[in-house]
Amino acid sequence: MKSLFALFSGLLIASTAMAQDIAPDVLVKTVTNEVLEIVRKDKEIQSGNTKKAIDLVEVKVLPHFNFTRMTQLAMARDWRQASAAQQKALTDEFHVLLVRTYSKALTEYKNQTINYKPFSLKTGETDVRVRTEIRQSGAGKNIEMDYYLEKSASGWKVYDIEVGGISLITNYRESFASEVRNSGIDGLIKLLQTKNKSGEATSVKK
Amino acid sequence: MKTTLPARIKSVAVALAAAGLLAGCASSGNPKDPIEGFNRAMFAFNEGLDSAIVKPVATGYEAVLPSPIRTGVTNFFSNIEDLFVGVNNLLQGKVPEAFSDLGRVMINTTVGLLGVIDFASDAGLEKHDEDFGQTFGRWGVGNGAYVVIPVFGPRTVRDTVGLVLDVAVDPVANHNPERTRDLALVLRLVNDRANLLPADKVIEEAALDKYSYMRDAYLQRRRNLIHDGNPPREVEADAEQIEHPATTDAGALGPRVEAASDAVVQPVLVASTEPPDAK
Repeated sequence: MKSLFALFSGLLIASTAMAQDIAPDVLVKTVTNEVLEIVRKDKEIQSGNTKKAIDLVEVKVLPHFNFTRMTQLAMARDWRQASAAQQKALTDEFHVLLVRTYSKALTEYKNQTINYKPFSLKTGETDVRVRTEIRQSGAGKNIEMDYYLEKSASGWKVYDIEVGGISLITNYRESFASEVRNSGIDGLIKLLQTKNKSGEATSVKK
Repeated sequence: MKTTLPARIKSVAVALAAAGLLAGCASSGNPKDPIEGFNRAMFAFNEGLDSAIVKPVATGYEAVLPSPIRTGVTNFFSNIEDLFVGVNNLLQGKVPEAFSDLGRVMINTTVGLLGVIDFASDAGLEKHDEDFGQTFGRWGVGNGAYVVIPVFGPRTVRDTVGLVLDVAVDPVANHNPERTRDLALVLRLVNDRANLLPADKVIEEAALDKYSYMRDAYLQRRRNLIHDGNPPREVEADAEQIEHPATTDAGALGPRVEAASDAVVQPVLVASTEPPDAK
Protein backbone atom coordinates (compact mmCIF):
# COMPACT_ATOMS: atom_id res chain seq x y z
CA MET A 1 0.00 0.00 0.00
CA LYS A 2 2.72 2.34 1.03
CA SER A 3 4.76 1.51 -2.03
CA LEU A 4 1.73 2.01 -4.25
CA PHE A 5 1.31 5.48 -2.80
CA ALA A 6 4.97 6.17 -3.38
CA LEU A 7 4.62 5.02 -6.95
CA PHE A 8 1.64 7.30 -7.56
CA SER A 9 3.18 10.34 -5.99
CA GLY A 10 6.32 9.59 -7.96
CA LEU A 11 4.30 9.53 -11.17
CA LEU A 12 2.55 12.73 -10.24
CA ILE A 13 5.83 14.52 -9.64
CA ALA A 14 7.19 13.15 -12.87
CA SER A 15 4.25 14.38 -14.94
CA THR A 16 4.26 17.83 -13.35
CA ALA A 17 7.95 18.07 -13.97
CA MET A 18 7.35 17.12 -17.57
CA ALA A 19 4.82 19.88 -18.17
CA GLN A 20 7.30 22.35 -16.74
CA ASP A 21 10.16 20.93 -18.71
CA ILE A 22 8.70 21.27 -22.19
CA ALA A 23 10.76 24.00 -23.81
CA PRO A 24 8.74 26.96 -25.14
CA ASP A 25 9.71 26.37 -28.77
CA VAL A 26 8.81 22.69 -28.52
CA LEU A 27 5.48 23.63 -26.96
CA VAL A 28 4.63 26.09 -29.77
CA LYS A 29 5.64 23.58 -32.40
CA THR A 30 3.76 20.66 -30.88
CA VAL A 31 0.53 22.58 -30.36
CA THR A 32 0.65 24.26 -33.79
CA ASN A 33 1.31 21.00 -35.60
CA GLU A 34 -1.37 19.21 -33.69
CA VAL A 35 -4.00 21.87 -34.39
CA LEU A 36 -3.13 22.26 -38.08
CA GLU A 37 -3.14 18.49 -38.51
CA ILE A 38 -6.73 18.46 -37.28
CA VAL A 39 -7.75 21.45 -39.43
CA ARG A 40 -6.24 19.86 -42.53
CA LYS A 41 -8.47 16.82 -42.08
CA ASP A 42 -11.60 18.68 -41.05
CA LYS A 43 -13.69 19.81 -44.01
CA GLU A 44 -16.20 21.57 -41.77
CA ILE A 45 -13.62 23.85 -40.21
CA GLN A 46 -12.16 24.55 -43.66
CA SER A 47 -15.55 25.56 -44.96
CA GLY A 48 -16.02 28.06 -42.15
CA ASN A 49 -17.55 26.22 -39.22
CA THR A 50 -16.34 28.61 -36.54
CA LYS A 51 -18.09 26.75 -33.75
CA LYS A 52 -16.07 23.62 -34.42
CA ALA A 53 -12.87 25.62 -34.65
CA ILE A 54 -13.65 27.21 -31.29
CA ASP A 55 -14.05 23.79 -29.69
CA LEU A 56 -10.69 22.77 -31.09
CA VAL A 57 -9.00 25.91 -29.82
CA GLU A 58 -10.60 25.56 -26.36
CA VAL A 59 -9.25 22.05 -25.92
CA LYS A 60 -5.84 22.23 -27.58
CA VAL A 61 -4.66 25.80 -27.39
CA LEU A 62 -6.22 27.55 -24.41
CA PRO A 63 -4.46 25.59 -21.67
CA HIS A 64 -1.26 27.22 -22.89
CA PHE A 65 -2.55 30.82 -22.83
CA ASN A 66 -2.44 33.24 -19.93
CA PHE A 67 -5.55 35.35 -20.45
CA THR A 68 -5.17 37.39 -17.30
CA ARG A 69 -1.78 38.60 -18.47
CA MET A 70 -3.17 39.29 -21.95
CA THR A 71 -6.02 41.35 -20.57
CA GLN A 72 -3.65 43.22 -18.30
CA LEU A 73 -1.43 44.09 -21.26
CA ALA A 74 -4.36 45.31 -23.32
CA MET A 75 -5.78 47.35 -20.43
CA ALA A 76 -2.41 48.96 -19.69
CA ARG A 77 -2.71 51.48 -16.88
CA ASP A 78 -6.49 51.11 -16.60
CA TRP A 79 -6.05 47.59 -15.25
CA ARG A 80 -5.25 48.87 -11.80
CA GLN A 81 -8.38 50.99 -11.66
CA ALA A 82 -10.55 47.93 -12.19
CA SER A 83 -11.92 46.07 -9.19
CA ALA A 84 -11.22 42.35 -8.86
CA ALA A 85 -14.71 41.59 -10.17
CA GLN A 86 -14.23 43.95 -13.11
CA GLN A 87 -10.85 42.41 -13.87
CA LYS A 88 -12.45 38.99 -13.96
CA ALA A 89 -15.29 40.17 -16.20
CA LEU A 90 -12.81 41.87 -18.55
CA THR A 91 -10.62 38.78 -18.71
CA ASP A 92 -13.61 36.53 -19.43
CA GLU A 93 -14.92 38.74 -22.22
CA PHE A 94 -11.51 39.35 -23.75
CA HIS A 95 -10.94 35.61 -23.63
CA VAL A 96 -14.08 34.99 -25.68
CA LEU A 97 -13.14 37.69 -28.19
CA LEU A 98 -9.60 36.36 -28.69
CA VAL A 99 -10.73 32.75 -29.00
CA ARG A 100 -13.29 33.72 -31.56
CA THR A 101 -10.77 35.73 -33.57
CA TYR A 102 -8.19 32.94 -33.41
CA SER A 103 -10.78 30.37 -34.46
CA LYS A 104 -11.92 32.53 -37.35
CA ALA A 105 -8.33 32.73 -38.54
CA LEU A 106 -8.11 28.93 -38.41
CA THR A 107 -11.10 28.57 -40.72
CA GLU A 108 -9.19 30.67 -43.27
CA TYR A 109 -6.28 28.23 -43.19
CA LYS A 110 -5.32 27.03 -46.67
CA ASN A 111 -2.42 24.60 -46.62
CA GLN A 112 0.22 27.12 -45.66
CA THR A 113 3.28 25.62 -44.04
CA ILE A 114 4.93 26.83 -40.87
CA ASN A 115 8.68 27.42 -40.55
CA TYR A 116 10.08 27.43 -37.04
CA LYS A 117 13.04 29.73 -36.66
CA PRO A 118 16.04 28.64 -34.63
CA PHE A 119 15.49 29.07 -30.93
CA SER A 120 17.72 28.55 -27.95
CA LEU A 121 16.69 28.95 -24.35
CA LYS A 122 19.29 30.60 -22.19
CA THR A 123 19.51 29.33 -18.64
CA GLY A 124 17.36 31.27 -16.25
CA GLU A 125 15.25 32.91 -18.97
CA THR A 126 11.58 33.22 -18.04
CA ASP A 127 10.30 35.45 -20.86
CA VAL A 128 10.93 34.45 -24.46
CA ARG A 129 9.89 34.99 -28.05
CA VAL A 130 9.41 31.97 -30.29
CA ARG A 131 9.51 33.01 -33.92
CA THR A 132 7.67 31.24 -36.70
CA GLU A 133 6.83 32.05 -40.27
CA ILE A 134 3.77 31.21 -42.30
CA ARG A 135 4.75 30.27 -45.79
CA GLN A 136 2.30 30.50 -48.66
CA SER A 137 3.12 28.08 -51.40
CA GLY A 138 4.21 29.84 -54.59
CA ALA A 139 4.11 33.38 -53.25
CA GLY A 140 7.28 34.94 -51.99
CA LYS A 141 6.21 36.89 -48.96
CA ASN A 142 6.11 35.00 -45.68
CA ILE A 143 4.10 36.19 -42.72
CA GLU A 144 5.97 36.26 -39.45
CA MET A 145 4.08 34.93 -36.47
CA ASP A 146 5.80 35.31 -33.12
CA TYR A 147 4.70 33.90 -29.78
CA TYR A 148 5.69 35.50 -26.50
CA LEU A 149 5.77 33.11 -23.57
CA GLU A 150 6.55 33.37 -19.92
CA LYS A 151 7.41 30.65 -17.49
CA SER A 152 4.86 29.78 -14.84
CA ALA A 153 4.54 27.06 -12.22
CA SER A 154 2.49 25.03 -14.69
CA GLY A 155 4.78 25.40 -17.68
CA TRP A 156 5.28 28.08 -20.34
CA LYS A 157 2.26 30.23 -21.14
CA VAL A 158 1.67 32.39 -24.21
CA TYR A 159 0.83 35.99 -23.29
CA ASP A 160 1.13 37.71 -26.66
CA ILE A 161 1.03 36.82 -30.35
CA GLU A 162 2.39 39.04 -33.09
CA VAL A 163 1.37 38.62 -36.70
CA GLY A 164 3.55 40.55 -39.13
CA GLY A 165 4.72 42.67 -36.22
CA ILE A 166 1.18 43.48 -35.09
CA SER A 167 0.53 42.41 -31.54
CA LEU A 168 -2.95 40.98 -31.29
CA ILE A 169 -3.03 42.10 -27.67
CA THR A 170 -1.54 45.57 -27.57
CA ASN A 171 -3.50 46.46 -30.70
CA TYR A 172 -6.50 46.79 -28.37
CA ARG A 173 -4.81 49.29 -26.06
CA GLU A 174 -6.01 52.48 -27.70
CA SER A 175 -9.58 51.24 -28.23
CA PHE A 176 -9.78 50.00 -24.64
CA ALA A 177 -8.30 53.20 -23.25
CA SER A 178 -10.63 55.47 -25.20
CA GLU A 179 -13.67 53.39 -24.21
CA VAL A 180 -12.64 53.57 -20.55
CA ARG A 181 -12.13 57.33 -20.93
CA ASN A 182 -15.59 57.77 -22.41
CA SER A 183 -17.70 55.33 -20.44
CA GLY A 184 -15.60 53.81 -17.71
CA ILE A 185 -14.47 50.24 -17.03
CA ASP A 186 -18.07 49.02 -16.95
CA GLY A 187 -18.64 50.65 -20.31
CA LEU A 188 -15.77 48.64 -21.75
CA ILE A 189 -17.08 45.42 -20.23
CA LYS A 190 -20.45 46.14 -21.76
CA LEU A 191 -18.91 46.90 -25.15
CA LEU A 192 -17.02 43.61 -25.09
CA GLN A 193 -20.17 41.74 -24.11
CA THR A 194 -22.13 43.30 -26.97
CA LYS A 195 -19.32 42.53 -29.41
CA ASN A 196 -19.16 38.92 -28.25
CA LYS A 197 -22.92 38.51 -28.52
CA SER A 198 -22.91 39.79 -32.10
CA GLY A 199 -20.07 37.41 -32.87
CA GLU A 200 -22.14 34.56 -31.49
CA ALA A 201 -24.93 35.46 -33.86
CA THR A 202 -22.65 35.38 -36.90
CA SER A 203 -20.98 32.11 -35.97
CA VAL A 204 -24.37 30.44 -35.47
CA LYS A 205 -25.57 31.73 -38.82
CA LYS A 206 -22.60 30.17 -40.59
CA MET B 1 -10.41 65.36 -73.06
CA LYS B 2 -9.77 61.92 -71.72
CA THR B 3 -9.31 61.98 -67.99
CA THR B 4 -7.16 59.17 -66.71
CA LEU B 5 -8.05 57.17 -63.65
CA PRO B 6 -5.36 58.76 -61.49
CA ALA B 7 -6.45 62.23 -62.55
CA ARG B 8 -10.01 61.46 -61.58
CA ILE B 9 -8.94 60.05 -58.26
CA LYS B 10 -6.86 63.10 -57.68
CA SER B 11 -9.75 65.47 -58.14
CA VAL B 12 -11.94 63.42 -55.81
CA ALA B 13 -9.13 63.32 -53.30
CA VAL B 14 -8.57 67.05 -53.38
CA ALA B 15 -12.28 67.76 -52.95
CA LEU B 16 -12.50 65.37 -50.04
CA ALA B 17 -9.41 66.71 -48.39
CA ALA B 18 -10.78 70.23 -48.61
CA ALA B 19 -14.12 69.12 -47.13
CA GLY B 20 -12.37 67.25 -44.36
CA LEU B 21 -10.14 70.15 -43.43
CA LEU B 22 -13.04 72.59 -43.49
CA ALA B 23 -14.99 70.30 -41.21
CA GLY B 24 -12.29 70.88 -38.68
CA CYS B 25 -10.11 68.49 -36.86
CA ALA B 26 -11.98 66.70 -34.15
CA SER B 27 -9.62 64.82 -31.90
CA SER B 28 -10.11 62.39 -29.09
CA GLY B 29 -6.76 63.37 -27.68
CA ASN B 30 -4.65 60.56 -29.09
CA PRO B 31 -1.30 62.26 -29.79
CA LYS B 32 -0.58 59.89 -32.69
CA ASP B 33 -3.85 60.83 -34.34
CA PRO B 34 -4.43 64.59 -34.02
CA ILE B 35 -6.74 64.84 -37.03
CA GLU B 36 -8.94 61.91 -36.08
CA GLY B 37 -12.13 63.60 -37.28
CA PHE B 38 -10.75 64.05 -40.79
CA ASN B 39 -9.26 60.57 -40.74
CA ARG B 40 -12.50 58.92 -39.70
CA ALA B 41 -14.29 60.65 -42.58
CA MET B 42 -11.65 59.44 -45.03
CA PHE B 43 -11.78 55.97 -43.53
CA ALA B 44 -15.54 55.87 -44.01
CA PHE B 45 -15.09 57.03 -47.60
CA ASN B 46 -12.52 54.29 -48.27
CA GLU B 47 -14.71 51.66 -46.64
CA GLY B 48 -17.61 52.77 -48.81
CA LEU B 49 -15.48 52.64 -51.95
CA ASP B 50 -14.25 49.22 -50.94
CA SER B 51 -17.61 47.67 -50.22
CA ALA B 52 -19.28 49.25 -53.26
CA ILE B 53 -16.63 48.55 -55.89
CA VAL B 54 -13.23 47.17 -54.96
CA LYS B 55 -14.26 44.27 -52.77
CA PRO B 56 -17.02 42.93 -55.05
CA VAL B 57 -14.65 43.05 -58.03
CA ALA B 58 -11.89 41.36 -56.02
CA THR B 59 -14.32 38.68 -54.84
CA GLY B 60 -15.36 37.97 -58.42
CA TYR B 61 -11.74 37.95 -59.54
CA GLU B 62 -10.89 35.42 -56.84
CA ALA B 63 -13.85 33.24 -57.76
CA VAL B 64 -13.07 33.23 -61.48
CA LEU B 65 -9.29 32.85 -61.57
CA PRO B 66 -7.63 29.74 -60.19
CA SER B 67 -5.16 30.22 -57.40
CA PRO B 68 -1.96 29.50 -59.41
CA ILE B 69 -2.85 32.27 -61.87
CA ARG B 70 -3.49 34.74 -59.07
CA THR B 71 -0.16 33.78 -57.53
CA GLY B 72 1.44 34.47 -60.92
CA VAL B 73 -0.11 37.94 -61.01
CA THR B 74 1.06 38.62 -57.46
CA ASN B 75 4.58 37.48 -58.33
CA PHE B 76 4.66 39.53 -61.53
CA PHE B 77 3.98 42.80 -59.69
CA SER B 78 6.14 41.72 -56.77
CA ASN B 79 9.08 41.30 -59.15
CA ILE B 80 8.68 44.83 -60.51
CA GLU B 81 8.53 46.10 -56.95
CA ASP B 82 11.70 44.20 -55.97
CA LEU B 83 13.87 46.57 -57.98
CA PHE B 84 12.85 49.49 -55.74
CA VAL B 85 12.97 47.35 -52.65
CA GLY B 86 16.63 46.92 -53.59
CA VAL B 87 17.12 50.66 -54.13
CA ASN B 88 15.64 51.35 -50.70
CA ASN B 89 17.81 48.72 -49.06
CA LEU B 90 20.82 50.40 -50.65
CA LEU B 91 19.68 53.81 -49.38
CA GLN B 92 19.41 52.30 -45.91
CA GLY B 93 22.94 50.96 -46.15
CA LYS B 94 21.82 47.36 -46.25
CA VAL B 95 24.11 46.32 -49.09
CA PRO B 96 23.83 42.50 -48.85
CA GLU B 97 20.03 42.80 -48.86
CA ALA B 98 20.18 45.14 -51.86
CA PHE B 99 22.27 42.63 -53.79
CA SER B 100 19.88 39.87 -52.80
CA ASP B 101 16.98 41.94 -54.18
CA LEU B 102 18.86 42.53 -57.40
CA GLY B 103 19.53 38.80 -57.61
CA ARG B 104 15.83 38.14 -57.13
CA VAL B 105 14.93 40.44 -60.03
CA MET B 106 17.53 38.82 -62.30
CA ILE B 107 16.46 35.26 -61.49
CA ASN B 108 12.73 35.87 -61.53
CA THR B 109 12.70 38.03 -64.66
CA THR B 110 14.55 35.37 -66.66
CA VAL B 111 14.04 31.88 -65.26
CA GLY B 112 10.83 32.99 -63.57
CA LEU B 113 9.28 34.08 -66.89
CA LEU B 114 9.07 37.85 -66.35
CA GLY B 115 8.49 37.40 -62.65
CA VAL B 116 5.46 35.15 -62.82
CA ILE B 117 7.26 32.37 -60.96
CA ASP B 118 9.16 33.23 -57.82
CA PHE B 119 12.17 30.92 -58.13
CA ALA B 120 14.35 33.24 -56.10
CA SER B 121 12.46 32.54 -52.87
CA ASP B 122 12.92 28.82 -53.37
CA ALA B 123 16.59 29.47 -54.05
CA GLY B 124 16.80 31.11 -50.63
CA LEU B 125 16.74 34.78 -51.66
CA GLU B 126 14.19 36.10 -49.24
CA LYS B 127 11.60 38.67 -50.37
CA HIS B 128 12.03 41.95 -48.52
CA ASP B 129 9.52 44.68 -47.78
CA GLU B 130 10.96 48.17 -48.20
CA ASP B 131 9.71 51.53 -49.41
CA PHE B 132 10.71 55.17 -49.15
CA GLY B 133 8.66 55.70 -45.99
CA GLN B 134 10.70 52.98 -44.28
CA THR B 135 13.92 54.46 -45.60
CA PHE B 136 13.03 57.82 -44.03
CA GLY B 137 12.15 56.02 -40.81
CA ARG B 138 15.50 54.27 -40.88
CA TRP B 139 17.16 57.66 -41.32
CA GLY B 140 15.50 58.79 -38.11
CA VAL B 141 12.49 60.69 -39.45
CA GLY B 142 9.57 60.36 -37.04
CA ASN B 143 6.10 59.23 -38.05
CA GLY B 144 4.34 62.55 -37.83
CA ALA B 145 0.58 62.48 -37.56
CA TYR B 146 -1.46 59.52 -38.67
CA VAL B 147 -3.34 60.25 -41.90
CA VAL B 148 -5.93 58.29 -43.82
CA ILE B 149 -5.58 59.06 -47.51
CA PRO B 150 -8.42 58.50 -49.95
CA VAL B 151 -8.00 55.26 -51.92
CA PHE B 152 -4.55 54.55 -50.44
CA GLY B 153 -5.70 54.13 -46.87
CA PRO B 154 -3.66 54.48 -43.68
CA ARG B 155 -0.36 56.36 -43.74
CA THR B 156 1.59 58.72 -41.56
CA VAL B 157 2.85 62.09 -42.74
CA ARG B 158 6.29 60.57 -43.23
CA ASP B 159 4.91 57.58 -45.11
CA THR B 160 2.78 59.89 -47.26
CA VAL B 161 5.91 61.68 -48.43
CA GLY B 162 7.46 58.25 -48.99
CA LEU B 163 4.40 57.25 -50.97
CA VAL B 164 4.81 60.22 -53.32
CA LEU B 165 8.30 58.97 -54.14
CA ASP B 166 7.15 55.35 -54.37
CA VAL B 167 4.59 56.38 -56.96
CA ALA B 168 7.01 58.66 -58.79
CA VAL B 169 9.38 55.76 -59.48
CA ASP B 170 6.73 53.05 -59.81
CA PRO B 171 7.26 51.45 -63.25
CA VAL B 172 3.62 50.43 -63.42
CA ALA B 173 2.26 53.93 -62.74
CA ASN B 174 4.75 55.37 -65.25
CA HIS B 175 4.08 52.87 -67.96
CA ASN B 176 3.15 54.01 -71.46
CA PRO B 177 0.73 53.87 -73.18
CA GLU B 178 -1.88 55.00 -70.67
CA ARG B 179 -4.33 52.30 -71.64
CA THR B 180 -2.13 49.39 -70.62
CA ARG B 181 -0.96 51.38 -67.62
CA ASP B 182 -4.51 51.85 -66.33
CA LEU B 183 -5.25 48.20 -66.96
CA ALA B 184 -2.14 47.15 -65.07
CA LEU B 185 -2.93 49.48 -62.17
CA VAL B 186 -6.45 48.12 -61.88
CA LEU B 187 -5.24 44.53 -62.11
CA ARG B 188 -2.69 45.16 -59.38
CA LEU B 189 -5.27 46.82 -57.15
CA VAL B 190 -7.82 44.05 -57.60
CA ASN B 191 -5.24 41.30 -57.15
CA ASP B 192 -3.85 42.88 -53.98
CA ARG B 193 -7.35 43.32 -52.62
CA ALA B 194 -8.18 39.69 -53.39
CA ASN B 195 -5.11 38.63 -51.41
CA LEU B 196 -6.53 40.45 -48.40
CA LEU B 197 -10.00 38.90 -48.55
CA PRO B 198 -9.26 36.20 -45.95
CA ALA B 199 -8.11 38.87 -43.50
CA ASP B 200 -11.46 40.72 -43.73
CA LYS B 201 -13.43 38.22 -41.69
CA VAL B 202 -10.77 37.97 -39.03
CA ILE B 203 -10.64 41.76 -38.64
CA GLU B 204 -14.45 41.98 -38.45
CA GLU B 205 -14.31 39.36 -35.72
CA ALA B 206 -11.50 41.05 -33.82
CA ALA B 207 -12.16 44.78 -33.98
CA LEU B 208 -14.26 46.67 -31.45
CA ASP B 209 -13.84 49.83 -33.48
CA LYS B 210 -12.53 49.06 -36.94
CA TYR B 211 -11.08 52.53 -37.46
CA SER B 212 -8.81 52.43 -34.43
CA TYR B 213 -8.02 48.75 -34.89
CA MET B 214 -6.75 49.44 -38.42
CA ARG B 215 -4.90 52.55 -37.31
CA ASP B 216 -3.06 50.83 -34.49
CA ALA B 217 -2.32 47.81 -36.65
CA TYR B 218 -0.85 50.08 -39.33
CA LEU B 219 1.33 51.93 -36.81
CA GLN B 220 2.57 48.68 -35.26
CA ARG B 221 3.24 47.16 -38.65
CA ARG B 222 5.26 50.12 -39.88
CA ARG B 223 7.26 50.24 -36.69
CA ASN B 224 8.05 46.57 -37.13
CA LEU B 225 9.02 46.99 -40.78
CA ILE B 226 11.34 49.90 -40.12
CA HIS B 227 13.18 47.75 -37.59
CA ASP B 228 13.14 44.80 -39.99
CA GLY B 229 11.14 42.63 -37.62
CA ASN B 230 13.06 43.48 -34.45
CA PRO B 231 11.63 46.65 -32.94
CA PRO B 232 12.41 47.43 -29.32
CA ARG B 233 9.68 45.65 -27.36
CA GLU B 234 7.19 48.17 -25.99
CA VAL B 235 6.01 45.88 -23.22
CA GLU B 236 9.47 45.75 -21.76
CA ALA B 237 10.03 49.44 -22.15
CA ASP B 238 7.07 50.15 -19.89
CA ALA B 239 9.21 51.02 -16.91
CA GLU B 240 10.42 54.11 -18.74
CA GLN B 241 6.91 55.37 -19.13
CA ILE B 242 6.77 58.85 -17.66
CA GLU B 243 3.37 60.15 -18.62
CA HIS B 244 1.63 58.84 -15.49
CA PRO B 245 4.38 57.56 -13.27
CA ALA B 246 2.04 57.16 -10.32
CA THR B 247 -0.18 54.64 -12.05
CA THR B 248 2.45 52.84 -14.07
CA ASP B 249 2.52 49.13 -13.57
CA ALA B 250 3.86 46.14 -15.46
CA GLY B 251 1.15 46.48 -18.07
CA ALA B 252 1.21 50.20 -18.51
CA LEU B 253 1.28 51.97 -21.80
CA GLY B 254 4.63 51.93 -23.51
CA PRO B 255 6.43 55.10 -24.44
CA ARG B 256 5.29 56.62 -27.65
CA VAL B 257 8.54 55.94 -29.34
CA GLU B 258 7.70 57.33 -32.70
CA ALA B 259 5.14 59.96 -31.88
CA ALA B 260 7.95 62.46 -31.99
CA SER B 261 6.09 64.90 -34.13
CA ASP B 262 2.49 65.73 -33.46
CA ALA B 263 2.40 68.49 -35.98
CA VAL B 264 -0.76 68.62 -38.00
CA VAL B 265 0.36 68.59 -41.57
CA GLN B 266 -2.03 68.75 -44.43
CA PRO B 267 -2.01 65.36 -46.09
CA VAL B 268 -0.12 65.33 -49.33
CA LEU B 269 -2.34 63.88 -51.94
CA VAL B 270 -1.04 62.00 -54.88
CA ALA B 271 -2.47 60.50 -57.96
CA SER B 272 -2.14 56.82 -58.45
CA THR B 273 -3.96 53.67 -57.64
CA GLU B 274 -1.82 51.73 -55.29
CA PRO B 275 -4.20 49.54 -53.29
CA PRO B 276 -5.69 50.75 -50.04
CA ASP B 277 -3.57 49.24 -47.34
CA ALA B 278 -4.65 46.26 -45.27
CA LYS B 279 -8.33 46.63 -45.69
